[in-house]
Amino acid sequence: MQLPAKMIHSLFLVNSSGDIFLEKHWKSVVSRSVCDYFFEAQERASEPENVPPVIPTPHHYLISVLRHRIYFVAVIQSEVPPLFVIEFLHRVVDTFQDYFGVCTEAAIKDNVVVVYELLEEMLDNGFPLATESNILKELIKPPTILRTVVNTITGSTNVGEQLPTGQLSVVPWRRTGVKYTNNEAYFDVVEEIDAIIDKSGSTITAEIQGVIDACVKLTGMPDLTLSFMNPRLLDDVSFHPCVRFKRWEAERILSFIPPDGNFRLLSYHVSCQNLVAIPVYVKHNITFREGSSQGRFELTLGPKQTMGKGLEAVLISSQLPRGVLNTNLNPSQGTYNFDPVTKLLSWDVGKINPQKLPSLKGSMSLQAGASKPDENPTINIQFKIQQSALSGLKVNRLDMYGEKYKPFKGIKYMTKAGKFQVLPAGTGLGFKKIIQYKYRTKHTSLQEGLNTT
Amino acid sequence: ISQQRGNVTMKFLREQVTSICPGMTSVLSPCDVTTATSHCVCVCVMSYCWCVTVLYWVCDPQMIARGKNASDLFPAVVKNVACKNIEVKKLVYVYLVRYAEEQQDLALLSISTFQRGLKDPNQLIRASALRVLSSIRVTIIVPIMMLAIKEAASDMSPYVRKTAAHAIPKLYSLDPEQKDCLIEVIEKLLADKTTLVAGSVVMAFEEVCPERIDLIHKNYRKLCNLLIDVEEWGQVVIINMLTRYARTQFLNPNMNEDKEEKEKKKTEATAIVKRKPYVMDPDHRLLLRNTKPLLQSRNAAVVMAVAQLYFHLAPKAEVGVIAKALVRLMRSHSEVQYVVLQNVATMSIKRRGMFEPYLKSFYIRSTDPTQIKVLKLEVLTNLANETNISTILREFQTYIKSNDKDFVAATIQAIGRCATNIGEVRDTCLNGLVQLLSNRDELVVAESVVVIKKLLQMQPEQHSDIIKHMAKLTDNIQVPMARASILWLIGEYCEHVPKIAPDVLRKMAKTFTNEEDIVKLQIINLAAKLYLTNSKQTKLLTQYVLNLAKYDQNYDIRDRARFIRQLIVPTDKSGALSKYAKKLFLALKPAPVLESPFKDRDHFQLGSLSHLLNAKAGGYQVLPDWPEAAPDPSVRNVEVKESVRAVETVTARDRGPLGPSSGEDVKKSEKKSKPRIGSSESESEEDNDSESESSESEEEESEEESEEETKKKKKVGNERLENTPCLAVHAVFTQPPPLPVSVPQTIIPSGNLKTYELLHRITGEGLSVEYCFSRQPFSPDPHMVAVKIQFTNSATSEAKSLHVEDAKLQSGMRIKEFPEIGQSTFHNRIPLLITVSVVMGIDFSCSLMFFVSIQPPVGELMMPIFMTENEFKKEQGEHRNQCMEIKQYGPHFDCHAVVQRVTTAANLSRVPCGSDKECRFAGKTVTSGSLVLVSVVTKEDGAAQLTVNCEKMVIGTMLVKDILQALTQ
Repeated sequence: MQLPAKMIHSLFLVNSSGDIFLEKHWKSVVSRSVCDYFFEAQERASEPENVPPVIPTPHHYLISVLRHRIYFVAVIQSEVPPLFVIEFLHRVVDTFQDYFGVCTEAAIKDNVVVVYELLEEMLDNGFPLATESNILKELIKPPTILRTVVNTITGSTNVGEQLPTGQLSVVPWRRTGVKYTNNEAYFDVVEEIDAIIDKSGSTITAEIQGVIDACVKLTGMPDLTLSFMNPRLLDDVSFHPCVRFKRWEAERILSFIPPDGNFRLLSYHVSCQNLVAIPVYVKHNITFREGSSQGRFELTLGPKQTMGKGLEAVLISSQLPRGVLNTNLNPSQGTYNFDPVTKLLSWDVGKINPQKLPSLKGSMSLQAGASKPDENPTINIQFKIQQSALSGLKVNRLDMYGEKYKPFKGIKYMTKAGKFQVLPAGTGLGFKKIIQYKYRTKHTSLQEGLNTT
Repeated sequence: ISQQRGNVTMKFLREQVTSICPGMTSVLSPCDVTTATSHCVCVCVMSYCWCVTVLYWVCDPQMIARGKNASDLFPAVVKNVACKNIEVKKLVYVYLVRYAEEQQDLALLSISTFQRGLKDPNQLIRASALRVLSSIRVTIIVPIMMLAIKEAASDMSPYVRKTAAHAIPKLYSLDPEQKDCLIEVIEKLLADKTTLVAGSVVMAFEEVCPERIDLIHKNYRKLCNLLIDVEEWGQVVIINMLTRYARTQFLNPNMNEDKEEKEKKKTEATAIVKRKPYVMDPDHRLLLRNTKPLLQSRNAAVVMAVAQLYFHLAPKAEVGVIAKALVRLMRSHSEVQYVVLQNVATMSIKRRGMFEPYLKSFYIRSTDPTQIKVLKLEVLTNLANETNISTILREFQTYIKSNDKDFVAATIQAIGRCATNIGEVRDTCLNGLVQLLSNRDELVVAESVVVIKKLLQMQPEQHSDIIKHMAKLTDNIQVPMARASILWLIGEYCEHVPKIAPDVLRKMAKTFTNEEDIVKLQIINLAAKLYLTNSKQTKLLTQYVLNLAKYDQNYDIRDRARFIRQLIVPTDKSGALSKYAKKLFLALKPAPVLESPFKDRDHFQLGSLSHLLNAKAGGYQVLPDWPEAAPDPSVRNVEVKESVRAVETVTARDRGPLGPSSGEDVKKSEKKSKPRIGSSESESEEDNDSESESSESEEEESEEESEEETKKKKKVGNERLENTPCLAVHAVFTQPPPLPVSVPQTIIPSGNLKTYELLHRITGEGLSVEYCFSRQPFSPDPHMVAVKIQFTNSATSEAKSLHVEDAKLQSGMRIKEFPEIGQSTFHNRIPLLITVSVVMGIDFSCSLMFFVSIQPPVGELMMPIFMTENEFKKEQGEHRNQCMEIKQYGPHFDCHAVVQRVTTAANLSRVPCGSDKECRFAGKTVTSGSLVLVSVVTKEDGAAQLTVNCEKMVIGTMLVKDILQALTQ
């Protein structure tokens, strides 16, 4: 039988304690009992992020995303590309964030009217209608404290009095009639470095994920071009739809009419190993001895290849083995914290002074009588480097055409650690070693045999 | 709360509310007001936010869930539909759509409002009226909806037409009998040329009549060309639909390779299928080319849609382009990663090479969620081969130390699969796994046992010591599956461990009653096998086990025991089968094949929900197999309504491929009165009829001009503003499809370009090739001369895979070949580079080979340089090599003519000069950079003196000859 209902049927918002706190239906109402299948999966999953994004139920399919500890569960009835739904749900979250600053349960509950209005505009009969932030803002004004007060007194509303024209315009991502007294355009080049470093300090993988986020507040219809000193770095990029792709292909120049306000102009990825400089090194030594209830912990870190910029907001965290009861460590700077329940060790180092390298040394007490933990902890590092993009990407110039005024232009660079891990010393599985097994034929020795190998 | 604010009287409230939305008053009667509303009333009393809140209260599904059905307020709410306030109006719409089904009669009250709205002069009001009207699920208004949709489908405003497209599936789900009428509307809207409508109408098509593929034919090229400008959600729907379409209309581009594979399998030398060379339909190419830029979309769904299109439709050699984009998606949210990895896992089985360069991107991080880890592991296992296995195994080693036990188990399975697939590492893997048997974690040990069992089955003789070792484990290991595996292994290879096996059985017999069912079954199995091979030692044990099993609670076990007893224990009544008991139990069993769970999943369209679940989801459209013979491609031709129209080539968003149409071709096809191709209607302002009338020789220039014009306009505003209704050149290519001619350069070169013929149209069976020296610096190598080659196809068939083949070069020459045409993307400019001359073969689809040669005039081997008069004189004094005098009489011999003629003959720049009697030119040779100076001095008697200075004697001499010829012509 042909099922006519396609695309997104309903949306449920579920908080971390498993309550549905908002629901919205675009077609007929689906009972919230459908979410029971979701809760079952949630129970089965050990971690919140382990809930499968797609859950089949007898009559529906549930596609969910987890953002800001809220599950956005979409109910669909028939074949639809799962990424289509996932991407849409993320767009919904982005819109909420854009409107309310944060996307939390409280923010959604406080702005429930705006939320409903937004959801109504974003989907028509389950098919996305207006998802561009500029168009939505013309339809529904984002709430501000001032406006809430004014609305209460004067009786005006959040819904725009003017019918939107954005959807009809030739530049569908930009609202019309933009006016500012101060015309400014800011670009933030933010790079995140993901790396896996082994014990000896050599890089297993390293890659940089960069984005250029823009905040453009310019009057009228400006046409911007942004050029780079070293555009060759950008060979793996994805663009905001406003960027003229052919101009980029031909001249390696970003030419675009920007949306109004904040948007992500492009995201790029540098994976070539030799282009990725590792800005920090870690020396660590974590040992447990068999039979002893004490373990040693030593960790030192220092800067490396940072192009003269300082490492800031350094935070070390590590999930210690379950056998560790408590730690007695001594940091040379900053504060450390060990949670005996989750076994999470975190050390807030702060700024690294290259003359005096920070270190954390001490002992760990282990459960008495328990065998030595067989896994060694991985060390996760977070840090920030201001004023520098690790890949070396540099913006050359920004020009504006189409408008007469002189805008204020600004560019900022920043590097952050993404998933930056240092692996523990490898005891190794020893695939290469050939081991001979000797079997003693005495029946009684079957039991002992285990420990000898 | 209301008591605390005693001064807020009901009367005051009513007045306030009545002034804003009259219909709401009745709600306010004290008996209706629940605690919830009175709360809202007090908070929001000063404004008509109150109405909004009340409306939300009645619309809020949570209220319904708490048993507060708000449908009895229906009449009161619906009266507000005519309210002027937009927010109230919108909320009434929400309410109406929600409750109309329950209050059908009352819902009809509001219909007239919408009917009025449909006639509103404001397009946005028309659209929103249609949107709400079509959402009201009341069967009685189906005819009204049908009428409204039909009218809206021919509305002036594309926005209203888009809304009409959205309304189609709504009506269809309400009343499927309207299908035929709706298909008519869809057909009409499919012909729409605006990007706004395209996505929505294809969505309607997919929901109402996905089987009517014939509706797409005429719109196929248009959809391909519009694709880049459609909003992202529409792009996904269109790409998925076009994938299906292409599967029914074009031939398999990998046909020949697939066939070869099949033939190899058959090994029938006699049955050599007569193979036709595969020629890709230009429409097929068009689709591949126009979707490719979308791989850089920010929307993961679009990227995935293009990736699946390439996977299902592209020739093997081209599929690789999607790998990079997919790997990029893996850095997105974890849900996106999950879906992408599922698809990558399927792709990596069929096209492993594609992802091999990105192996490291699939390495697992300890912070990844388990489901992502397992999928990455799957991909890594699929990518493993002889060359990278050592790196992968090293990775796996670190994974085994993870805290996440499910993941460790999956890693052990993966090691097992690598070991079966790659023979060289089998022993290494086995040893590693055996080491894991002494791991502290029981789950790890159990998983290892299961995997080792599978591996041992491949070559049991060599590994009796491992079997022995595993026998020891039976004392400690508790996981049933692992116990069962060990017992099976011992039973199966009891001959390799003749001493231990009976002992294991003895121990098992002791614990039989406490074992899990699968273990019990294996104990019976072991007993049976031992009884058959070593009945002396185990007869009693077997009897004992069988007796225990006879009274087991599980009927499977009782059955099994009864069956085995009959089979192996010889009695007088035992049937014929017992003779064969040994053969039955100890037959050689084939080793299990450890396969990826993603194998053969690609029979589902990738990226679809069905693929993800590996089960057909409702409404899934099966991706058809390629047809044996291509259906008639002419169905996609579109009639041109007006006479000759030149086609503007710039797409609305400049992402589309650039390639001017050949006016000549259009003209020719007109003369032959063949079915006209091209777009029926070109709305572009830049339509230029004169362009098509321009003669062949002028064609290039005129195109240059129009390009110049476009450029100028572009500088001012956005291209979208100017070229919104777009038409790309590809609409023109059908039968006979012309190849694109070269595209104008960005800068008009100095002097007029002279075109030389490389291959005459008649010699080339319809393909003519011309070349000229574009006088542009050649960017890849500054020491090369850019030669622009211009192909014109006037043959009846499509010319394909044009490329330079076996260029026969004289020593010292180099050539930078242009990328093959007709294979990858259309290359507008063909930079062919030579130093002196080149012989080039042009490969045709009909396998004809034409040998042509490019003989460059000496004047093209240099490039202009700029110098001042003084520098020129100084340089001239230094090289006084070549000097020649000519005498020339003629009325036209003025300074301007000299400049023109000399620059035509040679790529030189003019040196500024004081007197108009003398013209000076300077340049240097491209390859060696030696200076070339030319001066022409007109004397009073009308004679002129030509001086050429050049280090290279040969070039100097030849240049003198050429310039002389140009001047005396």
